[in-house]
Amino acid sequence: MDIFQLFISAIFVNNIVLAQYLGNCPYLGCSKERGVAFGMGSAVVFVTIMATLFTWLIQTFVLIPFGIEYLQTLAFILVIAALVQFVEMFLKKLIPPLYKSLGIFLPLITTNCCVLGIALLVQRKQYSLGTSLAYALASTLGFMLALLLMSGIRERLDTCRVPKALKGTPIALIMAGLMSLAFMAFRGMAA
Amino acid sequence: MPGTLWKEFSKGLWKELPPFRLVLGLCPVLAVTKSASTGLGMGMAVIFVLALSNMIISLVRNMIPQKVRIACFIVISASLVVAVELLMQAYAYPLYQSLGIFVPLIVVNCIILGRAEAFAGKNPVLPSLADGLGMGLGYTLSLTFLGAVRELFGAGTLFGAPVMPSAFEPFAFMVEAPGAFVCLGLILASMNYLNAHMARRRGEEEPENPRSGCMACGACSRANSPAQQ
Repeated sequence: MDIFQLFISAIFVNNIVLAQYLGNCPYLGCSKERGVAFGMGSAVVFVTIMATLFTWLIQTFVLIPFGIEYLQTLAFILVIAALVQFVEMFLKKLIPPLYKSLGIFLPLITTNCCVLGIALLVQRKQYSLGTSLAYALASTLGFMLALLLMSGIRERLDTCRVPKALKGTPIALIMAGLMSLAFMAFRGMAA
Repeated sequence: MPGTLWKEFSKGLWKELPPFRLVLGLCPVLAVTKSASTGLGMGMAVIFVLALSNMIISLVRNMIPQKVRIACFIVISASLVVAVELLMQAYAYPLYQSLGIFVPLIVVNCIILGRAEAFAGKNPVLPSLADGLGMGLGYTLSLTFLGAVRELFGAGTLFGAPVMPSAFEPFAFMVEAPGAFVCLGLILASMNYLNAHMARRRGEEEPENPRSGCMACGACSRANSPAQQ
């Protein structure tokens, strides 16, 4: 597939949060401030690309040759958990400024369904390594876009008078619904 | 003993109803509730994993070193999810296909780790099993309810059987992604309203709206507590 089309499709048409329902916990939990949203978004971009690379290699060179594809879920989540630990130690030691800005988000990411979801999706779609990495980058950029838009809206929402029962998560979900409706308008641009 | 077991079991059905009161594990709640039957199927898979993982974690809780407990919980729940995947492929293949990647994603569902961290890691086997079964049943009922609402308005059917009069025009918005978000938001809001109303009638103070569940989840609370940084 055309790489440009892949990007448009993954960022706008099949947005990972708004059309594929992945990564909703950070989408609702970490979107209260723009700074936090940006930190979380960049941590997800970074870890997902690393995780996609490693899980793709594991699938192709370990699971398939040994005929143990049914252990995919177990293998992938272990790889991701270990990877997150290593990335955390690596950044702490070598790139302290980056660790300072991403550090607190890293432990959150092991249980983010975005990361495991994308690693599994590229296997189901049977992408090559290059396409997988491009897909991971594009999808997580879409995640970051949705997260940043949401945090902007929620900063405004704080100053609005929302009915008491709708305060907090309910109104955030309704905003997400409206945003998803807006993103549906991109349909027809790419499959 | 039966009294406390019943208490652990029943709290998952209303007071701590997982997706609506604890606001946990929302991704599958949104994704698999296009119809009541897929919601029910997903719920069954979650009951299986949650009850067994709670039981196993509670059995081995004294053997797991504190520092690596999250990793151990993940391994236990991932093994159970693999078992569920194989069982579904063998006995419920159409359901397995319609749930797609959300079956393997049960591993990272906050509800599994959240219960392991908040309950099973600290309590004996029987209460943990009761907690897992209750939470799982509450999750299943919530998913089936949301699925039924969306299916009823979005397709005019219920568990695949037509129930609406023939003049009913299906409201396609409900089965699409935006419908899932809005519908879940409205259900959460009505739960909040109902709880506040009931508290007022009992003469108690109105409870705060529950916060988004990411903070309540096991792994996430670790990242948010400064003491462990």
